[in-house]
Amino acid sequence: MLDVVDTSPVPPDGETKPAVTVRNLHIRFGDKASEFTALKDVSVEIPAGSLVTMLGPSGCGKSTLLRAVADLVHISDGSIAVLGQQPRKAREGRDFAFVFQEATLLPWRNAIDNVRLPMEVGKRDPGATYADPEQLLAMVGLKGREKAMPHELSGGQRQRVAIARALVTRPRILLMDEPFGALDEITRDKLNEELLRLWQETGTTVLFVTHSIPEAVFLGQYVLMLASHPGRVKEFMKIDLPHPRSLTMRDTVEFIRITAHMRGLLEEC
Amino acid sequence: MSDTIQSAESKVPTIPTKGVVSGERLFGHFLDSLPAVLAIAGCILLWQLIVWGFSVPTFMAPSPIAVLYAFRENAAILWSNLLPTLMEATLGFILGNLIAVLLAVWFVYSPMAEKAFYPIAVIIKSIPIIALAPILVLLVGNGFAPKIIIAGLICFFPTLVNMVQGLKSASPAMLDLMRVLSASNAEIFWKVRLPASLPFLFAALKIAATSSVMGAIVAEWIGSSYGLGALIIEATYNFRSPLLYATVVIAAALAVVLFFTVSVVEKKVIRWKPMASD
Repeated sequence: MLDVVDTSPVPPDGETKPAVTVRNLHIRFGDKASEFTALKDVSVEIPAGSLVTMLGPSGCGKSTLLRAVADLVHISDGSIAVLGQQPRKAREGRDFAFVFQEATLLPWRNAIDNVRLPMEVGKRDPGATYADPEQLLAMVGLKGREKAMPHELSGGQRQRVAIARALVTRPRILLMDEPFGALDEITRDKLNEELLRLWQETGTTVLFVTHSIPEAVFLGQYVLMLASHPGRVKEFMKIDLPHPRSLTMRDTVEFIRITAHMRGLLEEC
Repeated sequence: MSDTIQSAESKVPTIPTKGVVSGERLFGHFLDSLPAVLAIAGCILLWQLIVWGFSVPTFMAPSPIAVLYAFRENAAILWSNLLPTLMEATLGFILGNLIAVLLAVWFVYSPMAEKAFYPIAVIIKSIPIIALAPILVLLVGNGFAPKIIIAGLICFFPTLVNMVQGLKSASPAMLDLMRVLSASNAEIFWKVRLPASLPFLFAALKIAATSSVMGAIVAEWIGSSYGLGALIIEATYNFRSPLLYATVVIAAALAVVLFFTVSVVEKKVIRWKPMASD
């Protein structure tokens, strides 16, 4: 679409296994009488180390797909492989971390104890190594707020703590379900930029659900567009914008051309 | 008594403000409560004036001053009857709440148990406590046991209802988070469900603190020779109304002390604020 050189740190094709492979996935809710098809025949490959944003009209099942990858939703048909394993195995092996739309901090724990939560629960591999919670909080810009209780933090700060908590297990895949959807635009822009920086520094695969076209294009190395009724893959496209990206890029002609193209596609969904 | 003391909206407990309470703050508190103090003082004064002005006989309604004298004259009697009531109320409080909490945990993890036993709890709750007292005297005798059981029963139901609600109050997102972390059921209980239930539990415990005193006193009315309840009956039959009033004041003070004890513990335990919206 746009002949800009891609400078993202993705290894050349064929060198690594995909982070997530979805094959002929069907997800249905409810019983026989009132069955609802959330996802129909979805197949997609998420390259390792990539940042893929998932975009689509509400009800297209983008959150459901993410939750299925995270083993939070029962698969009706087809398969999902996370780093070549079943989602349950990947979950138990702490291969991925999940960031919810709400920060979901435990309100009775201070910031750093919330970041430590994954180190205290679950089947832990005795040899597991963790990132340093203090350094993580500093990385997300909360140095000095380690002892702050969640109610003393702003919405953006709480979401930063949630991101630090997700990174403490050094996950290879980060699943994010509209993590900045409830934040104001200024905070959201800042966190978007920081997420890109984080992704480039850590090399983590990121799957990011959003309903904002500019956010999907700005963050995404790839955009997975879903159509609704029933939820299915509409497009899986590469965003040919150079990295590192800055917020000012959103005012360039290329950026606007891509978002306009997306908007057109979404209207067909 | 309402079954659910606390709705989800009103579950925000007051947070103890950090730092030393300065003299200025104390004075501020004093100013805040000044209208209440003046109103109470006014009522007592009015009472005194009515007793004087209409020459109300002491056996009918004693004056505040007469009650004050009754405290001094009967200090030993009041004290020796306060202790058994305090013990019954406290033991009933502990027992009733403990059983309620354990039952709530069982209910939350076994919907079948909840379906089977919740109606029984409601039935027991709807029997007037004063009607239960004679039955319990017949069942377990006339010692401390029936008093402790009644004090416990009166605490039991509100705590059961609130604790069930509290244990279920953890948000679905929190439970999803724990699942993603592959947390065990025990970990989910200790790290999420139980802490989330504490504001609900303490709301019930504060009610239970005062009602356990009421339960103990009501139980002492039925054939007892000791305790504040027995003293109330005895003072009434002998027309010793200043002593009767003094006993009632002591009973109220006991309930208030227990209430504040629970409030202090609550402030020590819950140093966080549940978030209305994340």
